[in-house]
Amino acid sequence: MRLEYFQLIDRIADLNLSERTIKVVATVPTESTIFEGHFPGHPLMPGVLLGEAMAQTSGWLIIGLNNFARMPFLAAMKDLKLRTFVQPGQTLDLSAALVHEGSGFAMTKAQGRIDGKLVCDATITFRVVDFPNADMRGHMEALAKVIEFPVGATAHAKS
Amino acid sequence: MSSTFDTVANIIAETCDIPRDTITPDSHAINDLGIDSLDFLDIAFAIDKAFGIKLPLEQWTQEVNEGKATTEQYFVLKNLAARIDELVAAKGA
Repeated sequence: MRLEYFQLIDRIADLNLSERTIKVVATVPTESTIFEGHFPGHPLMPGVLLGEAMAQTSGWLIIGLNNFARMPFLAAMKDLKLRTFVQPGQTLDLSAALVHEGSGFAMTKAQGRIDGKLVCDATITFRVVDFPNADMRGHMEALAKVIEFPVGATAHAKS
Repeated sequence: MSSTFDTVANIIAETCDIPRDTITPDSHAINDLGIDSLDFLDIAFAIDKAFGIKLPLEQWTQEVNEGKATTEQYFVLKNLAARIDELVAAKGA
């Protein structure tokens, strides 16, 4: 994770477009200014960032499903549950599954686990729209390479 | 067997916590019931699931924005129910 850049996903471990699922890996950094305030003497990964991590996980699934043609933007999060503390240095296994693909929106169910234990989950809604500009699309394509987005997956899905 | 309107009205009542008896065929989802675009996504999701269709919200929005249609054509509930019936019929054709 690069918290200061809001890059919460380290690596895509599996993207299954036919099953409409994704699995990613994300390790909470051992040091961040966030932990100086959240909380002094008891550093914790903020719950809202766990929600964001699940949203980003879902977002990469949606981008994969539409082959980088459109961008999902977080619109709503329901039933966000933060089941246990997540501390610096811990590695999250995040996953998401597409629940529904509507006209201009999508819904997913996402969850995070540590050593197999469920630590967070939510149902997430996205607005899915054209990329606002070429720069943003270029940024997402560059970021996809960083997190090892499986480029063959989308080609396979189109065949 | 409930009508399309009844199904839609029940979805709206449950999704948006609006008293069912205030929802009529002539209700405008936006102007009368105060449903915003985000809440309407939940309604669209429930309608899509209930009827096995995909409401073409983006197309409708574009038509309204371009002046080719009015919001009444799609968001007055009797009209919305008619559009749903058309989509269901088209799916079965």
